[in-house]
Amino acid sequence: MKDIKHLVVSAIKDGTVIDHIPAKDLFKVISILGLDHIENQVTFGSNLDSKKLGKKAIIKISGLFFRNEDINKIALVAPEAKLNIIKDYNVIEKKVVEVPDSITGIAKCVNPKCITNNEEIVTKFSVVDKKKVILKCYYCEKITDQDNMRII
Amino acid sequence: MKNRSLVSINDYSKEEYLKILDLAEEFEKNPRQEIMNGHVVATLFFEPSTRTRLSFESAVNRLGGRILGFADSNSSSATKGETLRDTIKMVCSYADLIVMRHPLEGSARFASEVSTVPVINAGDGANQHPTQTLLDLYSIRKTQGTLENLNIFMVGDLKYGRTVHSLLMAMSQFNATFYFISPDELKMPDEYKRYLKSMGLKFYEFKDFTDIINQADIIYMTRVQKERFSDPIEYERTKNAYILRHHMLKDSRTNMKILHPLPRVNEIHLDVDSSEKAYYFTQALNGVFVRQAIISSILGLK
Repeated sequence: MKDIKHLVVSAIKDGTVIDHIPAKDLFKVISILGLDHIENQVTFGSNLDSKKLGKKAIIKISGLFFRNEDINKIALVAPEAKLNIIKDYNVIEKKVVEVPDSITGIAKCVNPKCITNNEEIVTKFSVVDKKKVILKCYYCEKITDQDNMRII
Repeated sequence: MKNRSLVSINDYSKEEYLKILDLAEEFEKNPRQEIMNGHVVATLFFEPSTRTRLSFESAVNRLGGRILGFADSNSSSATKGETLRDTIKMVCSYADLIVMRHPLEGSARFASEVSTVPVINAGDGANQHPTQTLLDLYSIRKTQGTLENLNIFMVGDLKYGRTVHSLLMAMSQFNATFYFISPDELKMPDEYKRYLKSMGLKFYEFKDFTDIINQADIIYMTRVQKERFSDPIEYERTKNAYILRHHMLKDSRTNMKILHPLPRVNEIHLDVDSSEKAYYFTQALNGVFVRQAIISSILGLK
């Protein structure tokens, strides 16, 4: 069985594997990490079976290693994601995503009367609940929760 | 507080509230103190608000300062499509302090980031109006002699009313007990109730206040607006429960005072005006002293 899994998305020599992404949020993760604008080889699979998520997605990026603060940005859409750092086909480090204390950009404030939805302003939020990922807008002070969250 | 913007009531600590109130007391005794010495205050009112603007302008005038600005966005270049960012960048080179009211929420925080001079938020949509809250605190302390351990009744629209939310945050520093009286549709939002719980403060919720009114030290009335109801029949059914009338005050505490951020519509019956417990017009008057205190402490003149 293990071999078949390898065939779904082929292994990389050096780089980062992001696993346990909810399948529906694959493209959000790609855009948050800017993987649609890089030169590195990127392979991904979606709607793979997962015991935990039902359907999951996986991304493999060759030759790219993320800083923690960058990878934590995906916590908004894929809080369960796990990272494997690969060197010479071996997993040398495993990382989990941590929800940061504050979020700049990425998400849109849910409040249509917020200044950030009416003028060119980079959004800013404090994370008031890390478990449920509930954000409080730095500007209008309104709450944006997971159900209402829209990724820019 | 010097050179710091005042955008949200949470920007100030308990000690800073008290400092402003002490200073306001001083201004009440002696309102004409020409300490601004030609400092310029820009009053930018992107949406009209007669009471707030006149009270700020009166405060500046009594301090001997100068005022420039506009009273509604029709007379500003916002009508030409100028962004708030550009307006603020320009104005902060003309003035030492900006007082701003704007219909969009978060606009004041944004202005304070763009501006090189401090910004006082005079209302950003339904979000914050901190000078109103400070004058509410002033009125409460003045009438009760203290801010500590009071029974605060909040009546009417507790869901959308920014004044009650800010007052709740401020009074939570003084061990208040809160009584929320509102229709189901306009109840105090959960986030504020959670906050009170986390502070270990007591609060009670009621649908009308006739049975409990005698426990109140302060009754803070707000407007119940028809357009807030999804069901107009529900509005007709409930609206009379939130109207305060003179006969209801019969056995209320002698120290009790009625506050209202004004303008009122019909939630306080005219027959209450003659009661010595009606404090809402004096409350509005206190606004000038409190704003004198805020302006002079931000400019570092006091």
